[in-house]
Amino acid sequence: MKRVVVNEKWCLGCHLCEYNCAFSNSGMKDMVKALKGRDIFPRIRVEDGGDITFAVSCRHCKDAICVKSCISGALSKKDGVVTIDKSKCVGCYTCILVCPYGAITNDGEGAVQKCELCLSTTAGTPACVAGCPNRALTLDDDDIETADARG
Amino acid sequence: MENKKHYVIIGGGIAAVSCAEGIRSVDKDGFITLVCGEPRPAYCRPLISYYLEGKSELERMKYRPDTFYDENGIDVVFDTASSIDTDTCEVVLSSGDRIAYDEVCVATGSSPFVPPMEGLETVEKRFGFMTVDDALALESAIDENCRVLIVGAGLIGLKCAEGICERVGSVTVCDLAPRVLSSILDDSAAKLIEDKLTEHGIKFLLGDTVARFEPNTAHMKSGENVDFDVLVLAVGVRANVSLVRDIGGNVGRGIIVDNTMRTTVPHIYAAGDCVQMADVNGVERVMAILPNAALGGKCAGVNMAGGESVFDTAAPMNAIGFFGRHALTAGSYEGDVREDSGDGWLRRFYIKDGYLCGFMLIGDENAGSAIGSHAYDRAGIYTSLIRNHIPLDTVDAEALLRLPSVTSMTPEYRRTKMAAWKN
Repeated sequence: MKRVVVNEKWCLGCHLCEYNCAFSNSGMKDMVKALKGRDIFPRIRVEDGGDITFAVSCRHCKDAICVKSCISGALSKKDGVVTIDKSKCVGCYTCILVCPYGAITNDGEGAVQKCELCLSTTAGTPACVAGCPNRALTLDDDDIETADARG
Repeated sequence: MENKKHYVIIGGGIAAVSCAEGIRSVDKDGFITLVCGEPRPAYCRPLISYYLEGKSELERMKYRPDTFYDENGIDVVFDTASSIDTDTCEVVLSSGDRIAYDEVCVATGSSPFVPPMEGLETVEKRFGFMTVDDALALESAIDENCRVLIVGAGLIGLKCAEGICERVGSVTVCDLAPRVLSSILDDSAAKLIEDKLTEHGIKFLLGDTVARFEPNTAHMKSGENVDFDVLVLAVGVRANVSLVRDIGGNVGRGIIVDNTMRTTVPHIYAAGDCVQMADVNGVERVMAILPNAALGGKCAGVNMAGGESVFDTAAPMNAIGFFGRHALTAGSYEGDVREDSGDGWLRRFYIKDGYLCGFMLIGDENAGSAIGSHAYDRAGIYTSLIRNHIPLDTVDAEALLRLPSVTSMTPEYRRTKMAAWKN
């Protein structure tokens, strides 16, 4: 199961992953044009717990409750990755209501968005991982089941 | 060959498809017959209002691609079941055909409930609002000048109102309850939703009911008269329980199942809007919502095929929005209340015996304040506290109720969920 994992010991709380995420998913070539002066809608979020910080993004759960709950069939799981078909999403937010990690947000345009591991962007590797200055973020690709299996 | 099981799924909706997927996760070879009562395979019923609003279309409403049924070896029969013969182990269809079964899943959903109302039969243009066919019939009856009366201010009635309000002359919604969405909101929360709909020209007659219909007029109990061209009945629904009741299975307000989705009749399972089961707190209820249909259907399928699955995390939960204002609710509304609210938004939590019991979060995409437009963000963290029955004294409850975060869960939870934690 692929997902971006964080080693909270190394997370500096710099929020660069949020900017890299927003840029990677903007479809634009110039980071400044893509982000400067705009509200960004990253699919990864750095939480600040005082003495520790760490980034939270989709866990691509085994029995993903967001997929089970989607009223439009827009969320599905393909090759281990939970993906959103925005053309089917009607923005009902049932997925926001059920995601145990708070990893799905509205996209500011009437649909929802979530981490899709940069598979549909040009990045290849998740941009948050590629750009993490302290290598706190890595792309995990093993069989450890971390997810909310009690779906 | 003879060892292959024959599964019959009665119903063609979300629970039925999820049941088939559950079966296939265990048994790749058994025969699956899906008895679909509508003339089309599974689609997303909650989308019919979005269809009328122009935000979806029939092709996009399909729950699974057309190829799904062939790829999974599912034989779809467009018919309804009239009975189950437990002596011969056959499902009897309305056409008279009989299908032998080893295991049955009853996923018959619910049907609109129309209370007796004087003069209703004199109304020519009257519609329900459950199915695609209902939506298409309503669509063909409305035009930009027509006056629509919707009886019922629940989820179905209000989504219908939103869906058609730009396409008709006027929409009036009446309900016996004193507020909109009375099953999931209380007075002050409901007012936020009502206000948004009122902004868009929808009129309400609440705490009022139709005493008598004439062909184009509703005489209300309050004395008011409402003239209309088209009537939509969205009073409520009732679980379709008769197939199981008729063979002696236990039924209440729905078909009673345990947490493995078994009815009280051997080899007969049930899932979806037609069932009554214990919620996560052990309270028996009908929880006719799509997530429970998907989860319960899958669980039934796995067990029918000889696997082992338990569905013990059912909870009432709803996400519904109108014109950018959203209400996300879950659980039950008991115990101590914690509330924070402002212009167009509200965050309210119910805490009982050290557990989060339920919540209502209302926010507005177009709210002037950041908190108002983020009132429901990450609501699933709260839902998981309810569904997984997590005691509040094991988490940083104060911080969580202010702002949902994974940080405020236990360090162990955080690490096992967010990190691979191999080092």
